[in-house]
Amino acid sequence: MPQVQLTINGETISAWVADNRSLLDFLREDLGLTGSKHGCDLGDCGACTVTVDDRPRLSCISLAVLCDGRDVQTIEGLGRHDALHPVQAALHKHVGSQCGYCTPGIAMRLATLIKANPNPDDSEILSALGANICRCTGYTKILAAAREIIGGWTEPNHTPDGHLA
Amino acid sequence: MGPEHSHVGADADVIGTGGLGKIDGIAKITGAAIFTDDIQLPRMAHAKLLRSPHPHARILSIDTAAALALPGVLAVMTGRDLPTKHGAIPVAQDETALALNRVRYIGEPVVAVAARTEAIAHAAVRIIRVVYEPLEAIMSIEDALDPDLPPIHPDARRPSNVLRRVHQHHGDVDAGFEAADLVTEGTYNYPGSTHVPLETHAAVAQPLPEGRLKLWTSTQNPHYVHKTVARVLGMPEADIRLIKPDVGAGYGGKCETFASDLCASWLARKLDRPVKLTLEREEVFYTHRGRHPTRMWIKMGMKADGTITAVDFKAWADGGAAASFGVVTAYYLGVFLALPYTIENFRFTAMRLYTNHPPCGPKRGHGALQPRFAVEVHIDKMAVALDLDPAEVRSGQLAPAPSTSVNGLHVTSTALDRCLEEVVLASGYSARRGRLPHGRGVGIATSVYMCGALHGVYPDDLPHSGVQIQIDRSGRVTIFSGTADVGQGSNHMLATLVSERLGITPNLCRVVEGDTDLCPVDLGSYSSRVTFMAGNAAIDAADKLRARIATTAAIALDTDPEALRFRDGSISGAMRSLPWIEAVQLAEAATGTLGATGSYRPPKARKAFRRSPIGPSPAYSFTAAAAEVQVDTDSGIVVVDRVWCAHDLGRVLHPQIAEGQIEGSVYMGVGEALLEEQQYDGGQMRTPSILEYRIPTVYDTPAIDAILVESHDPGGPYGAKEVGEGPQLPVVPAIANAIFDAVGVRMDHPPFSPDKVLRALQGRPPLGVPPLPPDGPTRRES
Repeated sequence: MPQVQLTINGETISAWVADNRSLLDFLREDLGLTGSKHGCDLGDCGACTVTVDDRPRLSCISLAVLCDGRDVQTIEGLGRHDALHPVQAALHKHVGSQCGYCTPGIAMRLATLIKANPNPDDSEILSALGANICRCTGYTKILAAAREIIGGWTEPNHTPDGHLA
Repeated sequence: MGPEHSHVGADADVIGTGGLGKIDGIAKITGAAIFTDDIQLPRMAHAKLLRSPHPHARILSIDTAAALALPGVLAVMTGRDLPTKHGAIPVAQDETALALNRVRYIGEPVVAVAARTEAIAHAAVRIIRVVYEPLEAIMSIEDALDPDLPPIHPDARRPSNVLRRVHQHHGDVDAGFEAADLVTEGTYNYPGSTHVPLETHAAVAQPLPEGRLKLWTSTQNPHYVHKTVARVLGMPEADIRLIKPDVGAGYGGKCETFASDLCASWLARKLDRPVKLTLEREEVFYTHRGRHPTRMWIKMGMKADGTITAVDFKAWADGGAAASFGVVTAYYLGVFLALPYTIENFRFTAMRLYTNHPPCGPKRGHGALQPRFAVEVHIDKMAVALDLDPAEVRSGQLAPAPSTSVNGLHVTSTALDRCLEEVVLASGYSARRGRLPHGRGVGIATSVYMCGALHGVYPDDLPHSGVQIQIDRSGRVTIFSGTADVGQGSNHMLATLVSERLGITPNLCRVVEGDTDLCPVDLGSYSSRVTFMAGNAAIDAADKLRARIATTAAIALDTDPEALRFRDGSISGAMRSLPWIEAVQLAEAATGTLGATGSYRPPKARKAFRRSPIGPSPAYSFTAAAAEVQVDTDSGIVVVDRVWCAHDLGRVLHPQIAEGQIEGSVYMGVGEALLEEQQYDGGQMRTPSILEYRIPTVYDTPAIDAILVESHDPGGPYGAKEVGEGPQLPVVPAIANAIFDAVGVRMDHPPFSPDKVLRALQGRPPLGVPPLPPDGPTRRES
């Protein structure tokens, strides 16, 4: 079993993982980070979306061993109740989350988009969300949340433990 | 008729406001919400299911020796270990935890294995050997109606592949046709589709030291699952604590007790350690309980002014291999067609059939959605034939409130006239219909839905919903309710109503729900019953506490209790006021701990409903939808640009949550209109994955205008009615009618896929749509 060392939500993690361990199972089962969800285990739904080196990644079809040396962000590191990421605050305000199962993946996807491009146009927002299925909202309130935050936020300040300052 | 409750139509402070999210919203957006599969317990084992590869076969033998020999395997379970039959409806119990002696659909669970890890359980399932003797399979509606083919449930009390045939005749249909200026017939074929909740079904069972059992499960109906698990396991209900954690939605697909619940429970008790069983995505497709593929025939009479003189309707529904709620489905396929128009002459025959497909069940708009599609398209055709405006044909004959339909459905409130006006105005329907460039079109449709059933699944006199409220001296209000918030926002609904009655902010409320040890019974999140029934129960409990607090506050404020206002966190008389916490503590000091229960039981049916109580609801919601489409005549591709959906929800309790229900309903309707269809090859579902079973992404979803229309129902909490299901009903026919407006072809068989549209444009019939079946056996009339 190979050893990996990686950063997860700002915390350095060193662990032995099986070659075939998915990043999603590594996060959920080994580290207790259950915010990222199993929806299909085939890369079809987007509920498991995390970021690896600031790029969105479907963790259910990513291998944990290939994340050696990388920087992984999950929903648990995005923001907390007293320091919500603007994407989360907007999703909350617009009730862009109904059952909430797709929400971690969608929040990570939108946060990545806004970080890379603070002023995305509508086609870029659609393109970002195209790989994330939401079965509750008809995407309407999610799009309303995304459109509200365009251009209106700055990069949050992370503390060393990965939480937002 | 005046309101039955003083709060109907009353001014409100909390109700109707929004913009601050839901009380349980933060957990969902931070990943803190705990769904069943997120639960980890010490010594927890993992279970997997082996499923049938045959649509219909006898099980000759099951060899589990190799699996049991695999290191890490803890236990194996077969159908014989838990043979008690169960099912959603007491008169049609035809399922067992695992297949017993016979399998009836591809994907039916046959063996369960518990192991130390999920990977070991997975490996063990693959080395179990089951020997089957294939049987002739019932693969179609025609097969199910063929009296020469064997029943798939031969040990039923009256074996037949017709689970239920319902025939009702109200008024005089033949006289109605004689009075008509135009009588036309049509056939419609509505395909099967499935819910695809993003969270797969999951259960975690934990044996408790006293011999009791704790079961977390992803369900919409904690109460019914609780009862069923107790009965099948042979345990007293009181010894099982069923908890519904956060649920990744259901849309009707999580209303029943599944193999995951029963096998996790049995294995946990056998092993005396916790067991988790989470379904994989493919397994959810086989578990199904989705929309019934339904073939329909309609004959309608209309006067030259558009007045409907008679409706004659037949429906044949392929229900798959288990009864599920199918007895109810058979009624829902007919009864709601007596509304939303005033129809004096109405007849229907509906059959819910058994086949060797995965079982169908309740999907958003259960049973009522397919016939609504047929009728709304048919009305459009007849209006066009009579050179009338389809919107005016509809608006001219809407059932008023109060009124009772010919089959006994009592309309207590309606704002469908305004819903129709709203969508006609917003879409520019009257001016644009028939005048847009070729390839663009607008269409409309209307619909009706229920707010829960007057009768529960079990016939008894017990309340349908109970709520208990406890007020702590800190001012915190805890609402205990057996409801199941599965994303629709019922927790926020309860907090909204209680905080409105007590004059506090919803954020002072905690909702404890879906836990059978802690909460009074609520029948569950089905039939769009929760806001109406649990909402009324919550008000009942809150008002008892309000009265106690008012009594002591009135003494302190030297005024009359009736003169007090509960508002903005204080209780005020004419001159002075008390802060909420002080008023709570005064009441607790004077009268003891502050707690109260409330309950809701629907009124008795007003009119004897011919031979059946299925259909009547305490109130009905109404919807009108308009759709605008583009049709590419070269490719046959239909794009839905925009849907306007106006829904009479009685009263807006929270605008964004209500809009979200409408938007989600429209989304699901667009999916069924354009993409979603379950097809089978010899019993094998063709598309058991999210990639193959095409559901709308953000790209496929139109702009949606959700329009909230209030009618203040006299029996609803503050006048509120349902908003979770009804808005889906008019969406598919509105799109079909818009396609006609765009390119002049009628689409009678969803989904409106490019091949079907192209063939229609070429004047050719669609492929794969069979002719109408025969009427079938006449026995089992009901």
